[in-house]
Amino acid sequence: MSAVVDTAPAASAATAAVSRAPLAYYPGCSLHGTSREFDESLRAVLAALKVPIAEIDDWSCCGASSAHATDHLLGVALPARNLALAEAQGFSSVLAPCAACYNRLSAARLAFADEEGMAERIPDVLGRPFANTVEVQSVVELLREAAAAIEEKVAAAPTPNPLAGLRLAAYYGCLLVRPPEVAAFDDPEAPTSMDEVITACGADAVGWNMKVECCGGAFSVGRTASVVRLGRAIIEDARRNGAEAIVVACPLCHSNLDLRQKAMLSRGEKPVPVLFVTQVVGLALGLSASKLGLDRHFVDTEPFIRRLVEQAAVRAAAEEKARAEAAAKATARREAVDASADGAPGSTDGGA
Amino acid sequence: MLADIRRDALRCYQCGKCSAGCPMGSEMTLKPHDVMRLVATGKARRAAADESIWLCLTCETCSARCPNDCDPAGVIDTLRGLSLEADVADAPRRIGAFHRAFLAQIESNGRLHEMGMVMDYKLRTGDLMKDVTNAPGMVTRGKLSLRPDRIRGMAEVKRIFEKCGEA
Repeated sequence: MSAVVDTAPAASAATAAVSRAPLAYYPGCSLHGTSREFDESLRAVLAALKVPIAEIDDWSCCGASSAHATDHLLGVALPARNLALAEAQGFSSVLAPCAACYNRLSAARLAFADEEGMAERIPDVLGRPFANTVEVQSVVELLREAAAAIEEKVAAAPTPNPLAGLRLAAYYGCLLVRPPEVAAFDDPEAPTSMDEVITACGADAVGWNMKVECCGGAFSVGRTASVVRLGRAIIEDARRNGAEAIVVACPLCHSNLDLRQKAMLSRGEKPVPVLFVTQVVGLALGLSASKLGLDRHFVDTEPFIRRLVEQAAVRAAAEEKARAEAAAKATARREAVDASADGAPGSTDGGA
Repeated sequence: MLADIRRDALRCYQCGKCSAGCPMGSEMTLKPHDVMRLVATGKARRAAADESIWLCLTCETCSARCPNDCDPAGVIDTLRGLSLEADVADAPRRIGAFHRAFLAQIESNGRLHEMGMVMDYKLRTGDLMKDVTNAPGMVTRGKLSLRPDRIRGMAEVKRIFEKCGEA
């Protein structure tokens, strides 16, 4: 395992700070299915940041809302199996990018530690030993820790940053921040971690009201009308506060706001692209839209990305022109000084 | 269990903050603070028989905001379990069908197979045309696979479901 870290090329101070033994990667069902682009962009970004990950062998579903909503013990045991596998496979920390998986894995850890009888019951239910030693990390937490490395890489990128000055709304929803004792890495009412990642990418994180409102989660299929009502309020608020796109870290939030957006817009309104936080970081690092799976969305991101790249090129050209003009002016001034020095040596003496 | 949630609900002083922030409150007959009142006054079974508890998204906004540290989301969780046990479940048919179709996938493959789940859901509800127009877009975007991804440790998953069923 340490070989992966040892063979990493000479890294800068900031990237070296995030290098470590591989994290156990728990993709969960969505990242292998309906949110493949979250998996693709995560792998691309972590490779660029030199954070090694290794998928937990033979992982199973965490049960998401359905186990939790119908059977408490099942809602603890299903995620616990994956923590037990990670433990047996020698990992000390699990990265769970899906907000629902992150929440269920963390909740299982807490239930095992705090609830009477759980510590004896869970190994029996699983049929394998479990000591609850593996920590669970959200991708937002990991990217916030890597903010300095991201900033450094964005500054060093050969192409102009397409995200410079772009106004983005960081949308956390429920599972990344609640319950506060389970999702403890940020404030439950006014979280800032994803905003910090957006800022590290050179974009502007807008202030808005719906950061931690629920998108309707698992009701997408069973009660679509409620999801459309809740999603519309989120999209309207983001737009009202000047956001050009919404940033998420949850496959449910993504599909509810992206796939269902058609039904949320009034006639003539422009759709708002919904991006995974890993796709945002990838764009800032100069990775290609197709590598980040941006072509898999229902709200077409192609015109949006093209506009960003064109604007960045125009901005870079303008900066280049301004630099050239400033340099030309400086040269002209120098020449004028030199000329006057050559032509009338006495005047420089007098002017001193 | 009933005693536990009653103890929690007895701390509730009916300020209504939970219901004010509940994203589904406008669609519920019994809002979170109403549920807390019923539980506190010994009428938990009436709350357990109402469809409102199945409209809870478990988003946890109520519990995170309660000024007196009550846990309405936890109380509603327990009520859902009671309603299933006592078979007074008045789960809105489609939401209940979704949960059952989801868990059936885990029980047979260890992982969720989205296509299989949606087919199962349609058969359970008879809602055959649901989201049919979205399916081609999902396939061309590589978001729906036709075959389930079955794990090797199926015996372990079966054991988990059996043990939880006994409890």
